[in-house]
Amino acid sequence: MKLELRGITKRFGALVANDHIDLTVEPGEIHCLLGENGAGKSTLMNVLYGLYEADEGEIVLDGVPQHLAGPGDAMNAGIGMVHQHFMLIPVFTVAENVMLGHEETGFGGRLDLASARRRVRELSDRFGFDLDPDALVEDLPVGVQQRVEIVKALARDARVLVFDEPTAVLTPQETDELMAIMRDLRANGTAIVFITHKLREVREVADRITVVRLGKVVGEASPTASNAELAALMVGRAVELTVRKAAPRLTDDALVVEGLTVLDPRGQVTVDDVSFRVRGGEVLAIAGVQGNGQTELVEALLGLQHRVTGRVVLDGSSLRGLDVRRILDAGVGFVPEDRTQDGLVGEFSIAENLMLDRSVGAPFVRAGTVRRDHLRAFAVEKSREFDVRSQGIDTPVGRLSGGNQQKVVLARELSRDLRLFVAAQPTRGIDVGSIEFVHQRIVATRDGGIPVIVVSTELDEVTALADRVAVMYRGRIVGIVPADTPREVLGLMMAGEVPPALRAASSPSDPEGAIA
Amino acid sequence: MSNEAPLRTGDDRVRAIVREIMSGTAVISVLAVVLALAIGGVLIAATDDHVRAAAPHLFTDPGGLLAAAWDAVAGAYGALFQGAVFNPNRDGLVLQLKPITETLTFATPLIAAGLGVALAFRVGLFNIGGQGQMLVAAACAGWVGFTLHLPFGVHLALALLAGLAGGALWGGLVGLLKARTGAHEVIVTIMLNYVAFYLLSYLLRTPLLQAPGSSNPKSPPIADTAALPPLLGPQFNLTLGLVLVVAATIFTWWLLDRSALGFRFKAVGINPDAARVAGIDVKRVYVATMLIAGALVGLAGVTQVLGPARAGFTSGIDAGIGFDAITVALLGRSRPWGVLAAGTLFGAFKAGGYLMQAAEAVPIDIVLVVQSLIVLFIAAPPLVRGVFRLPDPSVGTARQDPASPVPEKVSAL
Repeated sequence: MKLELRGITKRFGALVANDHIDLTVEPGEIHCLLGENGAGKSTLMNVLYGLYEADEGEIVLDGVPQHLAGPGDAMNAGIGMVHQHFMLIPVFTVAENVMLGHEETGFGGRLDLASARRRVRELSDRFGFDLDPDALVEDLPVGVQQRVEIVKALARDARVLVFDEPTAVLTPQETDELMAIMRDLRANGTAIVFITHKLREVREVADRITVVRLGKVVGEASPTASNAELAALMVGRAVELTVRKAAPRLTDDALVVEGLTVLDPRGQVTVDDVSFRVRGGEVLAIAGVQGNGQTELVEALLGLQHRVTGRVVLDGSSLRGLDVRRILDAGVGFVPEDRTQDGLVGEFSIAENLMLDRSVGAPFVRAGTVRRDHLRAFAVEKSREFDVRSQGIDTPVGRLSGGNQQKVVLARELSRDLRLFVAAQPTRGIDVGSIEFVHQRIVATRDGGIPVIVVSTELDEVTALADRVAVMYRGRIVGIVPADTPREVLGLMMAGEVPPALRAASSPSDPEGAIA
Repeated sequence: MSNEAPLRTGDDRVRAIVREIMSGTAVISVLAVVLALAIGGVLIAATDDHVRAAAPHLFTDPGGLLAAAWDAVAGAYGALFQGAVFNPNRDGLVLQLKPITETLTFATPLIAAGLGVALAFRVGLFNIGGQGQMLVAAACAGWVGFTLHLPFGVHLALALLAGLAGGALWGGLVGLLKARTGAHEVIVTIMLNYVAFYLLSYLLRTPLLQAPGSSNPKSPPIADTAALPPLLGPQFNLTLGLVLVVAATIFTWWLLDRSALGFRFKAVGINPDAARVAGIDVKRVYVATMLIAGALVGLAGVTQVLGPARAGFTSGIDAGIGFDAITVALLGRSRPWGVLAAGTLFGAFKAGGYLMQAAEAVPIDIVLVVQSLIVLFIAAPPLVRGVFRLPDPSVGTARQDPASPVPEKVSAL
């Protein structure tokens, strides 16, 4: 079945999530939709699956325009979806999950489980899935649960299959198996839309690649395109941001991180033996595609991760194993990557948010009571200094725009006596004016002799701010390179490849492991 | 965007302020009470014998039916008022004023327990364990009250402290279990209610708490030295407990609105993730919250056992106050002064309900229906807004911040 999306446009208020997107997927083709988080890929697929109604444009299957009012319509039209977060009922068996929503019943409403079992076995045999129809879903490994999702779609005769970030939850082996399954499906004539931001997978299975950025199709590429080309297409940004900064005035090593390893609650390694040093007065940018361990690395530095090994030493004293309070007291300033979730209390006023991490003792608390006059004066002063635009310091932070919220976070963190400043995705989702302001403050902090770590998935931001760039891939640092390293090389490193120049030189991380 | 650029006119601003007031939950609370009383009136009329007698003549004598309904409702609510606030039919000012003191007497434990529930609400915890915390506090205060022999003042203070400590312990245990094991506080508090109830029932049959020579599961009377002294003289039931509860309200207000600890409490209540990143020990906050909440609920047990129930208590000493406290906290929007007002209102319902039943033969269950309806309406603000045609506040907040001159995203580029 041939799928065509013609001029799909979807707006949420002022935000245009999809801007006249065209996409054609032929039967027996794997079409990759490549783009960063927030580029509009998932919105587009939710339009296709009938979850959102497009403001403009049409969906055409085999030349027939479709009106999809819900997932039921989409399924009946032959569109199946494998969600990133599985839509399975854990306490049901595989067969029960597969029949859910279109149960066949016998006399008196009795479920015809036998036919569902037959169907599961038949599909499982055809594609070599090795599924037991009577196994409980909750007992199955994640990769096998995903196959149940696929069988669910196939059991309803899906001729167009959408995989929404299917590898996000898989181990490398499971990913390889999924690739094999996708190739089998293609051989059977299924049209496949594969949504991802992982370059390696794209090059491995895609027949055609469409790159989406900020809600628009920015280009098509063939799988023979280099990683560098793909990365540039995907993370490049139309806005050229120039940050004026002088040469760094470096002091001694301030932060020393050695052999830092972080395990997530399931025991998976998220940060793998990472070592780096940051000197006072420099910005070390940590670049990489989202989800390669940057979040966990930063959280480990702040004491927000629990299973951490290795050394973190700031100005000669160890930070590892301390709780967040002590690490903040040691002079670490932190801008979290998700400011509404982790950085601010939305219903609190600007003033209250400015004292959020200083609610013990001076300067805002005396004898257990908040010094409201002092706090108000401070808030007025900082609102002015950091250009927080609001109707006053009593405005709840949740009512501010993203840029102004971020300025509140910056004002809070930069008002303390800092010995290290860590900013994760400092300009994500904020307006251009605020981006400029945030960048200036970060550079000013560096020029004040404070070591700065900036984590960013935006290559532009990385090259604009960094004195050195550490690129992370699958939890490891692929290499630490100067800020003037060409974008193509950085793009390659973000895909896990170590550039020859770096391989020849003595690199601080283990190049063998980085290639694998 | 361009036609929004000029400054908002004064008319707009007035409308914005009115919208803010009308959409505020304080107004919703008051309207919920009004609405519940209206429906209560319909129920009173429907269950009234005279009204039912007049009902068959709806078409021949509709005026008679209306008059009967009016008599029934006005009589019932009039009796409610006379029983709760002021009764001009009595002889002498003391007896005329007695109803309002009765209201405050009933309100005393409701406010205290309501504060305990409200505090926990503000930290995002559902303290359903008011019953258990009250029972433990009452047992501790009561035991000190009838066992020890101490001078007046010292005895009272010690009994009070013992009660608060008992409530804090029972509440703090919940916080500790939640912090250490992740156990859900709703389940833990409910189960601890049973534990406290049956433990107290058992202890009331042992020499530890049972009155000597009695076969009833009831404690001995509290020593006079430990009893809460009457506030307005012996002719009224109102005790010093009311002063303690007002003090507790002031303390809770200070805690939530002025103190650094309360600042952390609220931060955890609204966004525990941000609180954690800001170096606030969320687990410790849970324990501290439940300790204080337990002590506040415990105060309700203390004022009962050293006040109206000083002749000896049974395992029914909580009298449902632990659960009514949830209602009070909801009606008071979990604000200390709101709880004070809501507790007083519910005290009035309790005090007035008896007279309503005695004088007008309106079943006291109607009062309970009204109470339940109030909370039902508070839990469903859109319903109240719909009935009174109030604007929806979410429409207002969805607008973009007018002070922000730049668009949110760089999507245009």
